[in-house]
Amino acid sequence: MCGIAGIYNLNGPTGVSLSAIERMITALHHRGPDETGVYIDDRVGLGNARLSIIDLSSGTQPIHNEDETMWIVYNGETFNYPELKQDLLRRGHRFYTTSDTEVILHLYEEEGAECLRQLNGQFAFAIWDVTKSELFLARDRVGIRPVHYTVCDNTLIFASEIKSIFMNESVHRELDPIAIDQIFTFWTTLAPRTAFKDIYELPPGHHLTARGDRIVVKRYWEIPFRPRAEQSNLSVREVCDEIQELLRDAVRIRLRADVPVGCYLSGGLDSSGIAAIIARNFDSDLTTFGIRFEEDRFDEGEHQKKMVSFLGVDHSEIRATNDRIGAAFPDTLWHCEKPLLRTAPVPLFMLSKLVHENGFKVVLTGEGADEVFGGYNIFREAKVRRFWAKYPQSQRRAGLVGQLYPYIFKDPRLKRTLGPFFAKGLDKTDDPIFSHLIRWENTSRLKTFFSQELKAAIGQYCGYEQVRRSLPDAYEKWDILSKAQYLEMTIFLSNYLLSSQGDRVAMAHSVEIRVPYLDFRVIDFAGRVPAKWRILGMREKHILKRSFQGILPESITGRPKHPYRAPIKQSLLNQKTAEYTEEMLSRQSLEKTGLFDVNKVAGLLQKIRKLDNPSELDNMALAGILSCELIYHQFVDDFRTRLDFPICPDLVIDRRSEALKHLN
Amino acid sequence: MDYVATVRDFVVANFLFGDGELLKEDTSFMEKGVVDSTGMLELIMFLEETYNIKIEDDELVPENLDSLQNISRFVSRRIG
Repeated sequence: MCGIAGIYNLNGPTGVSLSAIERMITALHHRGPDETGVYIDDRVGLGNARLSIIDLSSGTQPIHNEDETMWIVYNGETFNYPELKQDLLRRGHRFYTTSDTEVILHLYEEEGAECLRQLNGQFAFAIWDVTKSELFLARDRVGIRPVHYTVCDNTLIFASEIKSIFMNESVHRELDPIAIDQIFTFWTTLAPRTAFKDIYELPPGHHLTARGDRIVVKRYWEIPFRPRAEQSNLSVREVCDEIQELLRDAVRIRLRADVPVGCYLSGGLDSSGIAAIIARNFDSDLTTFGIRFEEDRFDEGEHQKKMVSFLGVDHSEIRATNDRIGAAFPDTLWHCEKPLLRTAPVPLFMLSKLVHENGFKVVLTGEGADEVFGGYNIFREAKVRRFWAKYPQSQRRAGLVGQLYPYIFKDPRLKRTLGPFFAKGLDKTDDPIFSHLIRWENTSRLKTFFSQELKAAIGQYCGYEQVRRSLPDAYEKWDILSKAQYLEMTIFLSNYLLSSQGDRVAMAHSVEIRVPYLDFRVIDFAGRVPAKWRILGMREKHILKRSFQGILPESITGRPKHPYRAPIKQSLLNQKTAEYTEEMLSRQSLEKTGLFDVNKVAGLLQKIRKLDNPSELDNMALAGILSCELIYHQFVDDFRTRLDFPICPDLVIDRRSEALKHLN
Repeated sequence: MDYVATVRDFVVANFLFGDGELLKEDTSFMEKGVVDSTGMLELIMFLEETYNIKIEDDELVPENLDSLQNISRFVSRRIG
């Protein structure tokens, strides 16, 4: 819900341009189509583009405290706001709206940055303290909502999305080579880096304070994994009961809205569980939304249908045909603001359009369950490889690896041959990032396509070293599953999934997603569950499946994991899209951007054209290279900072001194 | 007969996208990351189709497939 933006002068009250703030919020129109507001004084400008969800009639932002010495612009929801408000009323605070935004402001008045610990929600907000002349920015624990910033010409500029920051002409726009190296290793950038030089994201679980000419960024929350000794000793039954309770409450408070709330339904365990909790306990009239694909190997229609009839919900779906996916790839990138190695975000971008057209502003989704409950194969694989490392010659042990990937190893002959392939790195069991090395090493092979210039610009940078250095002190005391989950949550979940497959593609059509599995109480409790319960034998998400027994049909809980994927080659190089793709990847085009080896890309295209089913890596190469080129054109080359129409915010609070009012 | 040249061309075109400078006869595919898991399948199919042989399960081992040299020796043995 919403987009926020602002400018703060590091060198004193030298004035802020109103039109700059106005242009910045216009770039966020898709995030906040309902109303806009600005606060501006001699030192700071705050802007808000609002998607009204709570308090439709009076929650216009920016919102102030009792004596107008504090102002807030806020993107997100704090689901426990009614309880927090009760407490604040008792302490004597007065409110003029019924919004959750105002609650945060008063809580900040009381407790400063400490207030963040009490917020159960998803948020990115900025508070301006007029008396102290201090700007405070904060982001939620796992990065469900975004906020970015840069320092330019003695100003700190921040915004929900990078395109908003770029509306300031003086901000330099350039792709960051290190970021590209990171994306072609980790599938995403590593916070605080973004795809663009000198543009940062405030990392999840952090806040930023700007006072005078100093900017200080601090962490306020870490994923609470525990060493074995501190893990819970409840029985499996008790753990499942507690999880059910926590999830029910996480869902309950996430249904708080003054507008209708829907649910995404893929037919998989995670979203089915959420839909079931809503339909059975809170809303028997639930509306759900899902995606259908052309090809069976991507489509989950059969399972969606089962859930729809099981719950009796009102279900709508989009047909994400290969043509449509390819056609929507550039727009999706415009919203994701970073190169992608997959087309998976695109159907989600298309789905949010359907949601919007059906009159919904909010949906609950199943994101986060895999990371919090140990759902990915990479977790099981880490376990298996460690087991295997004890007796590396064992064929039987090696065979277990093949069991992990039935959808890749459909050919039984492959299992045998790949023994040595997976054995690679077996000896590195002491490396803290052991669990993810195979995936990252494999992806890194894509760097063969980098041009000489790009390679030179990247130099000796080593992403693995950066990751190792960033690990918390307690990390080495955790069990291997917790370690793998930590890496997955901080890198894959926060920087890729929640952003490119979550917030950005939903907000593109003014839809807010809410993620019950990432309620911090759920994360906290799951982190305490002993590893042996999280993955029992080879059964991933064992605890979650048991928690849903009786609530979901056996055909859903017993289903093997179907990783959500979208076609790549078939979308980007089909009859309708091939011409466009090949033009973007032509010699002339590539020479102009200078990022990739022209001959190798030609070789890639030649190979891919001939194959019906290119390899995973070839597909990622196609998507990755194409998306780098598109991002370059959209943000660096062709970006427009001027607008053709005048902007009139619904609310302008102008506290500038007369002398500086003329600064436009 | 030496099968290195033919196999080399295939590997360079399909997995190295034209850049075969560092691929020596004894370069280990696995170690140097020349071929990934699906790449292995492509390579096996290429050999079977090009040389009209069927590679048995127990022949799918690094000694037969992990370098240009190894492949050449293996194919030689199979078709003489």
